[in-house]
Amino acid sequence: MSDHSSDISKHIRGYMIVGGTLLIGTFLTVLASYIELGHQWNIVLALIIATVKASLVALFFMHLISERQMIYIVLAFTAFFLVGLMFLTIGSFADFPPQTTTH
Amino acid sequence: MDIPYTTQPRPDTGIYNAKVGIWLFLASEVMLFGALFSTYILLRVGALPADWPTGLLNVPIGTFNTAVLIVSSVTVVMAWASLKMKQFGRFKIYQSITVLCALTFLGIKSFEYRDKFTHYEVWKTDGTRMTGHLEGKPMFMTLDKVKAAGKASIAFTPDPHHYSEGKKAMHEKDHGEHKALEIPVDQIKRLSAFVPAHSTYFAVYFTLTGLHALHVLGGAIVIGYLFGPGSKMWFTDPERLTNRVEVSGLFWHFVDLVWIFLFPVLYLL
Repeated sequence: MSDHSSDISKHIRGYMIVGGTLLIGTFLTVLASYIELGHQWNIVLALIIATVKASLVALFFMHLISERQMIYIVLAFTAFFLVGLMFLTIGSFADFPPQTTTH
Repeated sequence: MDIPYTTQPRPDTGIYNAKVGIWLFLASEVMLFGALFSTYILLRVGALPADWPTGLLNVPIGTFNTAVLIVSSVTVVMAWASLKMKQFGRFKIYQSITVLCALTFLGIKSFEYRDKFTHYEVWKTDGTRMTGHLEGKPMFMTLDKVKAAGKASIAFTPDPHHYSEGKKAMHEKDHGEHKALEIPVDQIKRLSAFVPAHSTYFAVYFTLTGLHALHVLGGAIVIGYLFGPGSKMWFTDPERLTNRVEVSGLFWHFVDLVWIFLFPVLYLL
């Protein structure tokens, strides 16, 4: 990322906009939970909003939008194992013994 | 001997060492919270709907606490930007606001915990269940403790709805007068406060939020140190202090990021 003070001052407005967007996103999350879309779709919508908010934090506050390759390599490994972990968890639902009741 | 690459980028990575270190640490943290989230998914999908409480957490308080963390994320990055622009006074202001936000978050969280420790569920021998409060609002009461105290009954003020009635019922306001019931001890099968032992939901809730709160506390201590005694480094090695603030900020943003997922999962769904 840019380290010159003149560049930094340009980023400050961006930090404020991202902060405001995150606050709006929080209220949207709460509002969306009161809309009856069906339980599964409420979960999907809440996770989409949370993912957008988390991406804003990671990209702008944590400066991942303009980081060094080394950091991206570390995060690529992390993402691979995290997705693998979630895949195994969700995949386990298809591997219940016969006559198992799920809810 | 000087520690190498505290300010200068290391030739092979292109960044200073502490930044590589914090990102490797955060990678391990992603896996820690990822494992707990996957555990949550497995337990949530496997639970009977009537046994998975909804609507028991205070959404306005949770929303306010989320806003507090977001504001702290803005101030922590502003503190770093202030040092980059050689504005030490502004850095101190933003850093102090971050510490105040962290303490506010922990204060509100402890208030929420106390509220849960004084909120009870009673399982009666006839199969009915109700949630509510015991007279005097004691914490951590159990049926064994009631029996040990030699009481023949408990005074219990029930909530208007039980969580098994569903989320919609829980959101409905009941303005009627809630009278305390006298429930004989021999009609009680189980009595539990909303503690981890109450149910899978509260075990998950306290594990996730407790671990997160420990991260908030750890971050607040580091940020507080850099605001106080650690800030003296500005007068001897300003670039190194700036990097320290950046590294502590990266950790703080991660703490905020985890809460962004915890809030809807535990409070709203």
